[in-house]
Amino acid sequence: MKILVPVKRVVDYNVKVRVKADGTGVDIANVKMSMNPFDEIAIEEAVRLKEAGIATEVVAVSAGLANCQETLRTAMALGADRSILIETDAELQPLAVAKLLKAVCVKEQPQIVLCGKQAIDDDANQTGQMLAALMNWPQATFASKVVVAGGKATVTREIDGGLETIEIGLPAVVTTDLRLNEPRYATLPNIMKAKKKPLETLTPAALGVDVAPRLKALKMAEPPKRAGGVLVKDVAELIAKLKNEAKVI
Amino acid sequence: MSILVIAEHNNSSIKAATLNTVTAAAKIGGEIHLLVAGSGCAGVADSATKIAGVSRVLVADAAHYADQSPENIAALVVAHAPAYSHVLAAATTIGKNLMPRIAALLDVAQVSEIVAVESPDTFVRPIYAGNVLATVQSSDPVKVITVRTTAFEAAGDGGSATLENLAASADQGQSKLISSELTQSARPELSAAKTIVSGGRGMGSGENYHKLLEPLADKLGAALGASRAAVDAGYAPNDFQVGQTGKIVAPQLYIAIGISGAIQHLAGMKDSRFIVAINKDAESPIFQVADFGLVGDLFELVPALTAALD
Repeated sequence: MKILVPVKRVVDYNVKVRVKADGTGVDIANVKMSMNPFDEIAIEEAVRLKEAGIATEVVAVSAGLANCQETLRTAMALGADRSILIETDAELQPLAVAKLLKAVCVKEQPQIVLCGKQAIDDDANQTGQMLAALMNWPQATFASKVVVAGGKATVTREIDGGLETIEIGLPAVVTTDLRLNEPRYATLPNIMKAKKKPLETLTPAALGVDVAPRLKALKMAEPPKRAGGVLVKDVAELIAKLKNEAKVI
Repeated sequence: MSILVIAEHNNSSIKAATLNTVTAAAKIGGEIHLLVAGSGCAGVADSATKIAGVSRVLVADAAHYADQSPENIAALVVAHAPAYSHVLAAATTIGKNLMPRIAALLDVAQVSEIVAVESPDTFVRPIYAGNVLATVQSSDPVKVITVRTTAFEAAGDGGSATLENLAASADQGQSKLISSELTQSARPELSAAKTIVSGGRGMGSGENYHKLLEPLADKLGAALGASRAAVDAGYAPNDFQVGQTGKIVAPQLYIAIGISGAIQHLAGMKDSRFIVAINKDAESPIFQVADFGLVGDLFELVPALTAALD
């Protein structure tokens, strides 16, 4: 069984981004970039399925600028067998990425696409569900446990009220939540090995996909800052403030 | 121009998030229809006719809608969506699961988690954990949108919508609900609570989390929340997580205890009206957003606070 894992290169989760002075975008020049954390969890889960003898091959795929290669090398250092870069300098929105992934699925015929539930830059939470729709496959989003057996996946999902477990047929799309696993660190020997693993480069045009954006960003702005508060000296003062100033208790 | 709002419910009652979504629809303007898809959901549909601003309630009642599987609900919505200018749902786990599937089947973009409506085609949405607000314009014929419920008031009652039955779409048979473990609690629902008591890694253990925070939450009639660190450590269940990728909350009062205030946590609670932080480290980022900060040992301060609230 082949597992496809889409990975996205994003601004590192520790970086607090700034809006460009003219409000046209976010200044990401010279900031640290990393693999989207939910995608690391997806890679880890796929590699564990391979280690358990359930998956036979893990293929990482990324779409974007040439430097997404670094993210794919990281995915391979974590255990992916090979990777595909769909190289473009076009702005990619979730629907376009889902269409690119569909083209890759048609070519690669994976049984499971394991992706992160959302990217921490655009916070869209769309691509996995969109891919499932375009493939007419079932979807299991926000997974905290995945069991694959007998051509089916049994997936425990993190939902607003707690947890639910569903069973879906394969092929399917599964998106990862935080508690699915704790990703390993890439070891130096594995980072070296990853440099020799195959990385194929494609383009949206070669895949026959129109990636033109559907949403136009008119403006970017920083939200109003909260005014700094005060430190109180003890519990009595806190209660007095909450009662008399805030009037919330 | 008419707007389809997808109601969230459990086949017996409508979820509060639906009411906020109706308000977002009203800001867009146009006739509002509410879709109630479920199984044995006639009571839900009936009560939905009273939501102010809704002119028509569409009911699709079939066994295969009972679990709200996105495959089946999307098939139903897509059959009706072309008649609408907008399709809206709350940005809850149900809405987030369902709406991108609908958007892709319609070959349109989705606008995720809007916090403001600028015009019928222009919306504001947070990105980068709420550190940036993006104003985006959609040129798609049907605008598929999820709504951040804390950004819109709940619609009131007093409506008198007409009821209409929809033929069910075919069962896609792609997904089966095996079991659910819903957190049972007499406390208010986290995303709708007026007061939230939230604990972080500083609680030290699940036992401390419950022993210290429950009596405080009881005194305040508050919901319990947690930081990601506390959930990851097993102090609290996953549905307690407040933050960028958990629940977004905006209560009147948010009390953060033993929470340092990572960007990802602040993203989930910084729109609260008043924030109280109790933490032993005066340098914690949480104090930069707190209206009232108390530096000290939470193991002394929290019981003292609880005792003083009589």
